[in-house]
Amino acid sequence: MARNTDIPEQTRVSWPIVFRVSISGLQRRFGRAMITLTGVVLAIAFLCYMLVHEAFIRAMILADLDSLNILLQQNDIDIFSGGQMDPMTYLLIGLTLLTCLVGIINAMLMAVTERIKEIGTLKCLGATDQFIVRAYFVESTVQGVCGAAFGLLLGLLVAVLVTVRTYGGYTFRTFPLPAVLVSLVVSLLAGALLSITAAIIPAYMAARKQPIEALRVEE
Amino acid sequence: MTIVSCRNVKKVFVMGKEEVHALRGITVDIDKGEYVSIMGPSGSGKSTLFNMIGGLDTPTEGGVEVENVKLADLNSSQLAWFRCRKIGFIFQSFNLIPTMSALENVSIPRVFAGKTPHEAREDARKVLDRVGLGHRLDHLPSQVSGGQQQRIAIARALVNKPLIILADEPTGNLDLHTGKEIIDLLNEMKHDFGVTVITATHDMKMLSCSDKIVQIEDGSVKSVDTQASVRVTVGSIDGETVM
Repeated sequence: MARNTDIPEQTRVSWPIVFRVSISGLQRRFGRAMITLTGVVLAIAFLCYMLVHEAFIRAMILADLDSLNILLQQNDIDIFSGGQMDPMTYLLIGLTLLTCLVGIINAMLMAVTERIKEIGTLKCLGATDQFIVRAYFVESTVQGVCGAAFGLLLGLLVAVLVTVRTYGGYTFRTFPLPAVLVSLVVSLLAGALLSITAAIIPAYMAARKQPIEALRVEE
Repeated sequence: MTIVSCRNVKKVFVMGKEEVHALRGITVDIDKGEYVSIMGPSGSGKSTLFNMIGGLDTPTEGGVEVENVKLADLNSSQLAWFRCRKIGFIFQSFNLIPTMSALENVSIPRVFAGKTPHEAREDARKVLDRVGLGHRLDHLPSQVSGGQQQRIAIARALVNKPLIILADEPTGNLDLHTGKEIIDLLNEMKHDFGVTVITATHDMKMLSCSDKIVQIEDGSVKSVDTQASVRVTVGSIDGETVM
């Protein structure tokens, strides 16, 4: 079919503007955003807790203090394993993250379905598929990264509290700063990766909606 | 000057094994600056015809041309360009973005047209002022009345200075009095902006300001009347003449 060349392609909306639009939407849907966020917070908190706690235990085992070794053994820690997490724990963490991934995808897909009319309207006003993809991608990613940041702090806090409760001052005397930092970075990356992965499918689903649906859907 | 030209437009929807003929060959011309009312019962195909003029749907057969551009030849990005700059959509249920203020709602088409957010806001402010909502800029759609929401929608449709306003039952969700105000506003905008207004409606109030009335029934044009040939009886609400 002969393509018409008199009409140019639609202007692209730059990332900073998409960002502003998405963020102001999120602010006004704060309650809803918080619920989606909570899933990420919990999953990342769990991951972060496990990693940091493991780092503490390993540091205390390496310190090799007699009184501490007794304390560790009283708490069923196998000091000869070097405090390594067993495969079941990894599986558990993996499953938690997977559940969280499915959770965000689900929440975002619902947001897309709920807002079919909004998407259609925006397309009637001149939004391109690319704009819609970007807007939903930013929305989902921002929620995920914020959730991951909160989860990180929560996980760290709980790990410190739990360790202090059992091992008291030893926690800080053997504080494994580099290992803790690594755990934090790993958790943050996991959270970001998780939310970005989860953002892709809903964003494309949103962009595929036809503007005609804006007129068809009734409240 | 003909601005919209529909030539033998047919549309067949396939629902399962059944074929539904929504449009059975419609030929209509609309001139620049006209106020056209497309009337017909629900299911008559007027919404389908409407969607074709807005570039939202493509005919199975025949063609729709707007300003001599055949819409079926445009790709999705070109259609977005076309809808953004040439068409202003007004919907029955207003379709404002609930999380955006009046000003943001009206500025978004400007942003799509490539303006900076600052320029977009300035333009939006002017148009909102023009439709009488200069004092409601920061209100969310849920914080204003139905009539005011439709005014915001009209401002949004006009902000890019389109060729055509496509209004689908613009008074359908409004009471008689507010509906009348919206029709008057549309009519004023037609004169101020020199825009062509096409409405799909079964609101008889609309007839008084229509230049052309296209009656559609069962997917075909039943009649095309000019205002002079249609006699509308005057009724009144609250002692005020409405037609």
